[in-house]
Amino acid sequence: MNFRFLCIKLLRALVTVMIVLTFVFIVLRVSGDPVETMLGDEADPEVVEFYRDKYGLDRPIYEQYFLYFKGVFSGDLGFSFKDERDAIEVVAERIPRTLQLGLASFAFSIFLGVPLGILAALNRNTALDRFTMGFAVFGYSIPNFFLGIVLILIFAMWLRMLPSSGSGTWLHLIMPVITLGTAGAGSLARFARSSMLEVLNKSYMRAATAKGVPRSRRIAWHALPNAAIPIVTIIGFRLGDMVAGSVITETVFAWPGVGRLLVTSVSGRDLAIVQTILILVALTMVTANLIVDLIYGWIDPRIRVSSSMDKD
Amino acid sequence: MDGYVPANAPLLEADDLTRHFRVGGGSLFGRTARLRAVDGVRFALNRGETLGLVGESGCGKSTAGRLVLGIDTPTSGTVRFEGRPLTDLSVDEWRRLRCDMQMIFQDPFGSLDPRISVASQIREPLDIHGIGSTADRNAQVDDMLDAVGLPRAAKDRFPHELSGGQQQRVVIARALILQPKLIVCDEPVSALDVSVQAQVVNLLSDLQERFNLAYLFISHDLGIVRHICERVAVMYVGQIVELADRPSLFKQPLHPYSQALISAIPIPDPDVTRETMLLQGDPPSPISVPSGCRFHTRCPFAEDTCRTEEPALRDIAPGRTVACHFAERWLS
Amino acid sequence: MAEITHEPRFRITPRVWAKYPPLVLVCFLFIAAVLFVAIFADFLAPKLYTTQDLLNRLKPPSWLGGPEQYLLGTDELGRDILSRLFFAIRVSVFVAILGTIIGAVIGTFLGFLAAHSRGWIEEGIMMMVDVQASVPFLIIALAVLAFFGNSLTLFIIIMGINGWEAYARLTRGMVLSATTHGYAVAVRSLGARPLRIYGRHILPNIASALIVQFTLNFPSTILLETSLSFLGLGIQPPLTSLGQMLGAGRDHLILAWWISVIPGLTIFFTTLSISIVGDWLRDRLDPTLRGR
Repeated sequence: MNFRFLCIKLLRALVTVMIVLTFVFIVLRVSGDPVETMLGDEADPEVVEFYRDKYGLDRPIYEQYFLYFKGVFSGDLGFSFKDERDAIEVVAERIPRTLQLGLASFAFSIFLGVPLGILAALNRNTALDRFTMGFAVFGYSIPNFFLGIVLILIFAMWLRMLPSSGSGTWLHLIMPVITLGTAGAGSLARFARSSMLEVLNKSYMRAATAKGVPRSRRIAWHALPNAAIPIVTIIGFRLGDMVAGSVITETVFAWPGVGRLLVTSVSGRDLAIVQTILILVALTMVTANLIVDLIYGWIDPRIRVSSSMDKD
Repeated sequence: MDGYVPANAPLLEADDLTRHFRVGGGSLFGRTARLRAVDGVRFALNRGETLGLVGESGCGKSTAGRLVLGIDTPTSGTVRFEGRPLTDLSVDEWRRLRCDMQMIFQDPFGSLDPRISVASQIREPLDIHGIGSTADRNAQVDDMLDAVGLPRAAKDRFPHELSGGQQQRVVIARALILQPKLIVCDEPVSALDVSVQAQVVNLLSDLQERFNLAYLFISHDLGIVRHICERVAVMYVGQIVELADRPSLFKQPLHPYSQALISAIPIPDPDVTRETMLLQGDPPSPISVPSGCRFHTRCPFAEDTCRTEEPALRDIAPGRTVACHFAERWLS
Repeated sequence: MAEITHEPRFRITPRVWAKYPPLVLVCFLFIAAVLFVAIFADFLAPKLYTTQDLLNRLKPPSWLGGPEQYLLGTDELGRDILSRLFFAIRVSVFVAILGTIIGAVIGTFLGFLAAHSRGWIEEGIMMMVDVQASVPFLIIALAVLAFFGNSLTLFIIIMGINGWEAYARLTRGMVLSATTHGYAVAVRSLGARPLRIYGRHILPNIASALIVQFTLNFPSTILLETSLSFLGLGIQPPLTSLGQMLGAGRDHLILAWWISVIPGLTIFFTTLSISIVGDWLRDRLDPTLRGR
């Protein structure tokens, strides 16, 4: 890990956020008068005039662009006219719920998927292996809105064991977590299996066997750390799917998080909220990718070496 | 523009040909270094003649071949074909010039499109340049198959169904069909089995006589160069260190590097013994070339002058140029 | 003698199995059936998908005790679910195919452009690829729908933009590696124009990888369409799609689970079949991608 590697990654992250912001700016202006689009038809002309002036809509486009960025960086992401509050405030109070669901699902998919994949690789061609592969294919093929509905049908309507919607108790969390986490668990299981198999076939594993290293130590000391490297990156990639999946899952279970807010705001055309969430997601993704890159560089010594080598 | 062409100009002239690549860094804060692949190369080639370009891998001989054909653009210096600089050509003129200069590649399989039949491969240059009617083109394909010694039945085959030697014959036929004046052969036989190498080299010699071709023959194998080339240029780290006609070079090489290369050619006679000169170390990287004579780091005869002063390419005897401060000492 | 003449038949069967595993064959059959339904929905559907029968609302499928004329039951307006399913398959398949083709064409073109032009055009394209790969596309699609409002044309364009970056990245990589060595250099040195090199030589050689990408991208396009329609932000009534049917049936889950579950199963088995065939194709056509 070195300074230049970090700089490039940071710069790329920044450029990504800038492009998303620019995209929002352009789309808002292409789709019509942004103030009218945001306020709707029945808005008070005085209010319209106030926002026209605020966004500088009578000024040249580059000045508007500059004003827009100034606003965004000072935390002004627009006003939600449905809630009559700042958009950022409305979104912020939904974040804890989304984090709760997201983190729980993330943990679910990692703690179910990774051990399952590793066990399958260690017991290749057994019933466990076949079950794992079947589960993996099932997991990433079933659309999460359908899985959610099937779960509601079975556990809420027929068995009456779990509440079908809302939040509050940990019982409310079970079905959403399974819905959101199954796809991740499936693909992690498959990926963990294949990267573990690859490592087990490496010649250093045969060398360890030949040296007389016991199997448990071989797996714990030689195989797992090397198999972990690709698994970490794939966990990073899963985050995007989790964000997209949480929009659906929160809607299916009426979970009061950011994802559901996004869907209701899109139907209600509450654009300030939509743009705030889009920027929030972009920031989250970019930060997450940055963290994955750093972790990757930290656990894989080869990356550290090669990045310091092309410095000179 | 088309007007003046010197009547007695050689077919091909390379003048102070230089190609540097920028390496490293790439994105953003990376510091870039210069890779001096070809650094001031000068030679001429006449009609119907064969000039060998030899040297270790990485000495820039393949890059020189690409520059000569205009596939790559030189950093500085010029290539003149029949007296006209290639850099002056428009894109269309450059394309038309392909009819006069062609290339044969080291890896015949890699230079053939795996999805196209042999006949279409050979006919492709005619298709590209729109020469002749369909019947003419097919007839020419048949002629070329005969010329390179491939059976007519090979027409409908695909490259992967042929042996390496047959593939290279297809490549040769494809290069020949436009009836070029110059063919750059970039290691044309080094990817082939030894038993096939001789056949292909002999084929190249026969075709040269028949079509009055000029070859720029790039190779690291002095044994083959000795067989086919009339004159030989020895390259070391992007520069020509010696250029001489074949008999004098092989009889008495004047540059220590040429001496080392020639002494390494195996002699197929166990009774003949000779002094071999083994080089120490690897050639220097073309990114950080040594000061003075580029060969001084490995030269057994290096003196102080060699470390500081770069030797110029000098005419030592008629038809012999050498870049060594002490070339005369071997002349006696 | 009779046994000898029979012998080849016994030999052929395992060979076919080895080449086409049974699971893949089943998936192929299922995909073929879905395509057949999508094309001939008008002829296959027993009723118009909009015909209402208010006396027979929320009836279960006939094999679960529902009225005889409704094989898969009816929805909250008494419309025949079987007919709606057929038309929903048609719309979903049509949108997904069109979207995937648009994405493949845009992506492949930009990939070629990036590899051909290098310099800042390439940088720009690759930057867009990075952005699209880093922000989940469902969120972008939702934002675009919020800004522009919904229309079928826009919806199909959104489907097309989904996944273009995968083609662009793949094409650029393969074109770059093809142009820097091998037959492309050879053909260029014969004097061929770039269009001929790309069209006649490079494109046919990378086509199999692109087809694999196509089959891998297709399920994700179907899922995007069904997800958006499920949220009520995609295909709008009176038109129907698999996701729209599923989403609309959500309100009647207690009384009539079949309204949601039938289209849901259809989506599931379609994406599953295409994924399995796609994986199998990838392993067969492109051994270098194996085990990714």
